[in-house]
Amino acid sequence: MPKAGSGVKLDGQGQPLWLCLELTYRCPLQCPWCSNPVDFADYSDELTTEEWKRVLREGRELGALQLGFTGGEPLIRKDLEELVDYANGLGYYTNLITSGMGLTEERLLDLKKAGLKQIQLSIQSCDSNVTNELVGTDAHDKKLAVAKLIKKHDFPMVLNVPVVRQNVDLVPGILKMAEELKVEFLEFANVQYYNWALLNRKELIPTKEQLDRAEAAVNETRARVGDDMTIYFVIPDYYDGKPKACMNGWGNIHLTVAPDGSGLPCQECRVLKDVEYNSVRDHSLAWIWHESPAFNLYRGQDWMKEPCKTCDEKEQDFGGCRCQSYLLTGDATNTDPACSRSPFHNLVEETVKEANAPNRIYQPLVMRRANRSENTAVSG
Amino acid sequence: MGEETAFSVTDQVEINPLYMFRWEEAQDAYVLLYPEGIVKLNETAGEILHHCSQSSSVGDLIKKMKTHYAASDPATAEKVEDGVYKFLEVSHAKGWIRRKT
Repeated sequence: MPKAGSGVKLDGQGQPLWLCLELTYRCPLQCPWCSNPVDFADYSDELTTEEWKRVLREGRELGALQLGFTGGEPLIRKDLEELVDYANGLGYYTNLITSGMGLTEERLLDLKKAGLKQIQLSIQSCDSNVTNELVGTDAHDKKLAVAKLIKKHDFPMVLNVPVVRQNVDLVPGILKMAEELKVEFLEFANVQYYNWALLNRKELIPTKEQLDRAEAAVNETRARVGDDMTIYFVIPDYYDGKPKACMNGWGNIHLTVAPDGSGLPCQECRVLKDVEYNSVRDHSLAWIWHESPAFNLYRGQDWMKEPCKTCDEKEQDFGGCRCQSYLLTGDATNTDPACSRSPFHNLVEETVKEANAPNRIYQPLVMRRANRSENTAVSG
Repeated sequence: MGEETAFSVTDQVEINPLYMFRWEEAQDAYVLLYPEGIVKLNETAGEILHHCSQSSSVGDLIKKMKTHYAASDPATAEKVEDGVYKFLEVSHAKGWIRRKT
């Protein structure tokens, strides 16, 4: 996924430069900020190997260059190596976005042979107790071992740390860990509030003070390590007053295919309950990209209302995130409430105020579990 | 950019192996692909990096670029040379190229 901090600002000239394949929603972890739908268990009818290969061919024909294999946990698919090999042959730059769970040295070598270019490994802290508690299982030591294997076999690596209240104070230790691992890219990804993360928003959102301390630690390390490690750290949109340039615009450069074959303008957009997403099982990828109602819904600027419509920053931020507008205001065509110019900005300000209140009432985190799907979907 | 990063004719440079450099037909341009990122290069930048990967030294690269742009008169030749140095400096700062060791 194009990250806010990676400086990607591209005109796709009508082409989906980024193709993201969510091979499966299955995952051994239970992260309470998971971007998968809260009813993920209902999407168990995954595309077959041959269907994914057709998606890959059609994506390349559409001009896609960057390819992300993600999930769920993509390593759960036994055909991952075969798909990487096929994608590499088509000329994609292949990225694996993984929790590391299930990545053995043997599979890593097979992936290398298949032409995998880089691995984005998630880790939640430098402290095994914190990591294990946050992901709901014994994962920290396995992840660290995988990080070392990835470096041993000379893959470029992005270490991805989802930032939440529970781990943000460990940023100095995480920086040290990343330096020791000699990763090229360290990405602090401020959790964005959709799906599971929205259910847990009150508990997950860090305080401003925490973020400021973390950012100071990041800047200190940046100054010291220079070019050896690129560190991405972007203040979350809730605190910024500026909306993120979500997906570089709807249907602009990004195309996700979900495990069941649904073509999605972004990984979260199933939260827009009124939108029908077409499947690659029924349509070509080209039709989905160019013609489908879903991809044309918020493409360009015609859908915009005020204040976006006449805003001088609409070319830069595309009005922010449609999903966030929908989830917080009930209307996806509203300006993203993270924007200080949004008439609904008070919704974000109130959430921030609550998160920073000294006498907060703590609630347990809702962990990502299949058997939670039903009741959380209702309450969410 | 400090003085220590200025390139000289004898320097040997190569594209940083973190980056994949190649011609992309659909973009009608050279592109650099790297972890989660894409850079689409303009014509001159693309040509310099293309020749960079086939040159033994910065001097050799400059010679090749002068041939490429048919820079026979001294003024054009100087412009090409300046352009190459400037671009190498920028590319180095961005991490696209590195000195061969």
